Formats: sequence, C-alpha cells, structure tokens
Amino acid sequence: MRRAASPDRITSSRTRIAHRSRRALVPLLTVLLSVLAALLAAIPAQAAAVPCAADPATGCIGGTIRTSAGEPAPGIGLTITGQGESLAVVTGVDGRWSTPVTAAGDYEVALDEATLPTGETLRDPAANPRTVTVRLGASVGALFPLGAPTAGGSGGGGDPSTATPEPGTDPAVTTPDSGKPSSITAQRVAQQTVNGIVFGLLLALASVGLSLIYGTTGLSNFAHGEQVTLGALLAYVGCQLLDLPLLVSGIVAVLLGAASGWLQDAGIWHPLRRRRVGTTQQMIVTIGLSMALQYTYQFFLGGSPLRIVTANPKPVRIGGMLFTQQSLTSAGIAIIAIGAVAFFLVRTRTGRATRAVSDNPALAAASGITVERIVRIVWTLGAGLAALGGVLLGLYFNATNWNMGGAILLLMFAAVTLGGLGTAWGALVGSLVIGLVVELSTFVIPSDMRYAGALVILILVLLVRPQGILGRAERIG
Amino acid sequence: MDWQQILTNVAGEIIAPTTAAYALAAIGLNVHFGMTGLLNFGQAGFMLLGAYGYAIASIAGWPVWAAFLVALACAVVFALILGVPTLKLRGDYLAIVTIAAAEIIRMVGRSTSMTAVTGGNAGLAGDGFKGSFQDLSPLPDGNFAIGPWSYSTNLSNSWWVRIVGWALVALACFLVWRWMNSPWGRVLKGIREDEDAVRSLGKNVYAYKMQALVLGGAIGAVAGIVYVLPRAVQPDSMGRPMTFYVWTILLLGGAATVFGPVLGSILLWTTLMLIKTVLRDVVPTTVLRTEQIEMLGWVLVGVTLMLLVIFRPQGILGDRKELAIDVR
Repeated sequence: MRRAASPDRITSSRTRIAHRSRRALVPLLTVLLSVLAALLAAIPAQAAAVPCAADPATGCIGGTIRTSAGEPAPGIGLTITGQGESLAVVTGVDGRWSTPVTAAGDYEVALDEATLPTGETLRDPAANPRTVTVRLGASVGALFPLGAPTAGGSGGGGDPSTATPEPGTDPAVTTPDSGKPSSITAQRVAQQTVNGIVFGLLLALASVGLSLIYGTTGLSNFAHGEQVTLGALLAYVGCQLLDLPLLVSGIVAVLLGAASGWLQDAGIWHPLRRRRVGTTQQMIVTIGLSMALQYTYQFFLGGSPLRIVTANPKPVRIGGMLFTQQSLTSAGIAIIAIGAVAFFLVRTRTGRATRAVSDNPALAAASGITVERIVRIVWTLGAGLAALGGVLLGLYFNATNWNMGGAILLLMFAAVTLGGLGTAWGALVGSLVIGLVVELSTFVIPSDMRYAGALVILILVLLVRPQGILGRAERIG
Repeated sequence: MDWQQILTNVAGEIIAPTTAAYALAAIGLNVHFGMTGLLNFGQAGFMLLGAYGYAIASIAGWPVWAAFLVALACAVVFALILGVPTLKLRGDYLAIVTIAAAEIIRMVGRSTSMTAVTGGNAGLAGDGFKGSFQDLSPLPDGNFAIGPWSYSTNLSNSWWVRIVGWALVALACFLVWRWMNSPWGRVLKGIREDEDAVRSLGKNVYAYKMQALVLGGAIGAVAGIVYVLPRAVQPDSMGRPMTFYVWTILLLGGAATVFGPVLGSILLWTTLMLIKTVLRDVVPTTVLRTEQIEMLGWVLVGVTLMLLVIFRPQGILGDRKELAIDVR
C-alpha cells in the first residue's frame, strides 16, 4: 500500500511544512467544532422523559416493573433492538418505562439484570430478552415480573392499564421463532438504506483515525474503540452529571478526546517507536490498553446503559421515511466533518505531508517532513474525530456504555480493511458499505446477528481482494 | 483479616479447573504464536466452539468420546475456514480475522434465533451436559479433602474435573515438548523467524502454518471443554477478554517454552485471587463495591499485558534472543 511518494511536490515546500503543520491543525479543529456547535444546537437536551403516545406513525413498547413486594422499581435499564434501531430506556420513579418506535415489526426487549435492585431477580430469566411485535399506532407491553425464579413462568405482575400483554406471552412458545427477518417492502428497503448510510457516516468518523494511524505508523490500534467510547462517555458526564448543555459537553468531549490522542502518542507510542519496539509488539500493547481502559470506564461509570440526552428522539418524516431529528443532525455533522478532513488532506500542506508519510515515511523524512510531528497530528486528529463519532453514535444508539467502542471496533476494522488499510478514502467507502450491510442484512438474518454479517463480509473480502476496494494490488503477504 | 483463609483460597487457585483450562488454551496459543508466530486473537472462539460442540453433542445423548470428537472437529473446521483466506497475508490480517471470527461465533451463539440449539444468551445450563462426564468417574461419590481443600469428588467443581483437566495439561505439555524438538517443530520455528528463508528451502510454508493453526485450535477447543465442565456454557463470558487473558498468560509465562503457559496461568490466577480477596477484606464496600474490585482486576491484567510486551516480551521462562516477537 505504500506507493512511492511524489517527491517533487513535497520537496518544494519541505521546510515550510514542518513549521506550518501545527498551525494548520488549529483552523481545522476550529471548523469542526463550530460546525458541531451550529448543528448540535438543534438537538434539545435535558427534556423530561415523557410517556410515549401512539399515533399513526409511532408505535409504543412499554411496561411497568415492580419488585417482588409489589413496589415500583425505578432505574432499571432496558434495551430495545430491532428494525435497525437500538434504544435504551430506564424505568421511572413509578417503575414505568415506554419508548416510541417508528417502524412496525419485531423488537427484542432486553432487561439489563445488572440494574435490578439488590436482591431482586427475574421470575423467568429465560424470558429475558424477549421479542415483541409492534404495530404502528398501538402500544404493546413487554413485562418482566420480578420474584423468585419459577419454571416456565410467564407474564403477570405488570400494570395492565399501561401495557397490553402481547398475544401468546408464554416465552417458551414465542422465543424460538423470534427475531425472524420480517417481510421486505420497498418502503422498508429505502428506510434501512438511509439508516445504513447514516450509520456508515458515523462509523466513518470513528474509523478515519484508525486508518490514518495505520497508514502513518503501521499500527493496528485495537484501543481505537476506547477513544470512541471516551467521546460518548465524556458527553454523558457533561450532560447528565455536570448539567451542561449538550452543545458544550459535545465540544468539550471532542476537545478532551483530541487531547487524549495527543497525550497517548506523547506518553506511549512515541517512546515505543523511539525504543524501536516492533509494530506487532505495539499492537499487543494496544490490546492491553484497550482492556485497561474499558474496565476503567466501567469502574467509574458502571455497566448499565447511559443516556446522553434523556428526551425521546423526535420523529421527522421525509419522503415517506421516518428519521429522528438526532440522526439527521448527526449525519449532517458527520458529512461536514468528513468534508473538512478531506479538505485538510488534499488542500493543506500538513495534509499533503500526512499523505506523504503514509505513502513512504522514509522518503517523507528525507524530503524534510518531520514524520514524528505528522504522526502526533494524526493521533490528535484521529482521536478527536473518534470522540466526535462517539458523541454522535451515543446519540444515534440513544445510549452509550463502557463497551460501545469495543462493540463497534470490529466494524471499524472491517470498514478500513474493506476500503483498503491505511488509505483515508478507504475508511469512508468501507464504512458506508459496512453501514449498509449491517442495516440491510436485517432482512435476511435476525437483527441480533447483524454485526456478524458485516464481519463475514470482512473475511470474504480478504479472500477475494485482500488489499481492499481502494488499496492497490500489491503483495502484502 | 483471616490470612489462613486467604492463603487457602489463593492456593486453591493453583489446581482449580479454570487454571487448567486457561493453561491449556495458552498451550494452544503457544503452538500458534510461540512456535509458528501466528497472531491468533480468537482463541476464545476456539474455546467457545469446543464448549458448544461438546455440550450440544452431550445434550443430544452422545457419549463423552463422541462429544469430545465433535468439539475437536468444530475447532479443525474453524481453523481451516480462518486459515485459508489469511495465512498467505501479513500477520495482522490474521489477527483481525481471528478476532472477528471469534465474535461471530459468540454473536451467533447468543442470538435469540439460535435459542433451541445454543440456549441464546442464557447459554446452556451445566446439568444438561455434565452427566455423562461425571458418570465416567471411577471415584466414589461424596466429598474429599486434602488439607484445607475440600471439594466434591464428582459433581461440578470436583476433584474429577481437576484430575482430568491437569492430566490433559500434562499431555499437551508433553506433545508440545515433542513437537518443538521434532524436525516439524524446527520448520515452524524457522517460519516464525524468517518465513522467506524457509520458503526458499522448498518448504510449503502455507501448509505448515495451517497445521499449526489446526493443532493449536484443537487444544483450544479442549480447553473450552475443561473450562465449561465446572460451570455452564455462557457465550458472553467467553468473549474477547478471555482471549486477552490467554495472551497475558502466555506472555507472562514465556512464549515458545513448554511450561511457560502453565506457569503463567497459575501465576495470573493466584495473583488475581490474592489481590481481590485482600481488597475485599481491607477496603470497606462503601469505597470499593465488589464489582469494582472485579474491574480493578481486569485493569490490572490489561496493564500487566502492556508492561510485559514492552519491557519483557520473553516472559518469565522465555529467551529473548530466541523469540523475535515482531512476526510477519
């Protein structure tokens, strides 16, 4: 993948590049942040959780959770996945929870058992997670009775006034054929395609750094997912614990994320490169780091889903397709940020120097580029973008947790490998393909296996075209 | 603080079935990484497949030996599927593919649509598959104590599991020792040090790598069986962190050595147990909750892995000159 750089363009500006590299980064970050500021302002933060009301475009899933003593159980986390969406809700003080969904079909409702009050257990652990079928304009209940486990227990213990138990509540009957792909209509294909593009754009934000870091240093950074998580968690801390507006905490999260990238390179990777520690060895170090960081996050913030904003997303209807306002805004931010990165790489001297380093570091160094400075910029920029991706993904998924980045890390690797490891555009193309595969694969495979579908693509690509879509055919073995 | 109780617990870890299972998994990884230089980051996938293969066959009523063979066959097929696309490519591609494939196994296993076969994310309860193994035991039923360690002779976390587990570890160590000193093992070592040199000697590097991948994976599958015999098959407890534990164990004990994995496993688990029990006793739960102590243990393992790789990549028993960790 390392082409011979075009030295003529680079040598002409050899000395200026070294001086300008740091200055070029500042305007770029400023552009990114002002864009973030403008767009995030559109998202209302901190609205109170309102009960879901079903209308012709919305279906509701909800229920009430009571302890075995019959008291309402607040603070229990549930995750609803299906139809390309993943939502998290937490029961309120009255033990009630509800969430609107915008597409009819099967949803899997999973109760996070770690959030149950101490001493409480599910009466029927086999019924968690369970699948419910949602129709638009109607409410459906998913009940999780608490109490001592009984064999083959089913519904009951819920509040019938808010939740209508689905027909056939017996989990033994419904579970085995649940999660089946639902029917294909043009409408749903279009909806899932757009969802896939939005998800792909956010994934691209997160994985550009991964690809650039690989390109300039040859390091497969398995701890990059933790940079994504860091962004989302910082936004959560800002919004929920410090009561800052989403806008402010988003910007702070991106800045701190970028700073963490700078620190990481200065504190760990630069010294390792100077010690001439091999890239394979460094890769194992990233694995250790990823593990340490994940559990540090969990140590401080716990294992349950954390919502950056507690308001339920507002649905918007465009051309027969339903979006949430958040996902549209996120996609807008992602497009502008990716555009800014493209401009940086193509138009600025530092960007050209970055591409020169990823083509051939030795030749770049010989042409007067300070390779270590470029690598530092790439780490800072990559971590900042990952943090931005994390904030937006946290909003897109409706919740974040300590493991969010780890869960999508392999999708990011699939994306950059698919696009061509080390190429900047490859990360974008690969991410869009992976986003589409993830969302559209729910038509053929159960939605809880959709990430597996993307990983199968990764293996197939390596079998057929190991250099990726945009990589150059070249011996890489 | 009751030091005697703490030390008894810690020493109990030395012979615990989990320690044996991780030692076996690390021996399998040693065949991949230590002997051949393959970067397999999906050892937990081999273990999970072995566990599923054994448990599902046992639940279907197959005898122990047949279930065992099913587990091995699963691992062999998995290794072939992984090896064919990646063994001709650079080492980090194998790393990415193995880690992805292990996740695929876990995601498919825990999917609700697979509940009838794999039990979904609840997994397979131990009672379903342990019976046939426990019936094989020649030991009389009941409890048996050596010194302060008292375990059941046959049930779940028993002396019988310990005996079989450590016998398998001993067998695997013996095999690795023979392999390392065979002409075949020397070719593997050559591939680890300089693949092109071996290729220029007319050896089929691809075939040798594939053999190593299959053998190490099969040992991983056996490790998976030993791991689930005292508990249940829980896909979520056999994910990426498990692979990283196995790597820490291998690098701690020393890659490319016969007893490194065993030493690494014993050291890691006793140290973790010591730290956790002491913390639990000393620090009040208002400062550190029990699950936070658990997480502290994980953080520690991660940091240990980083420090080991940077400062002592050969581990405790290894020879730095022999093992060029920067493989192709």
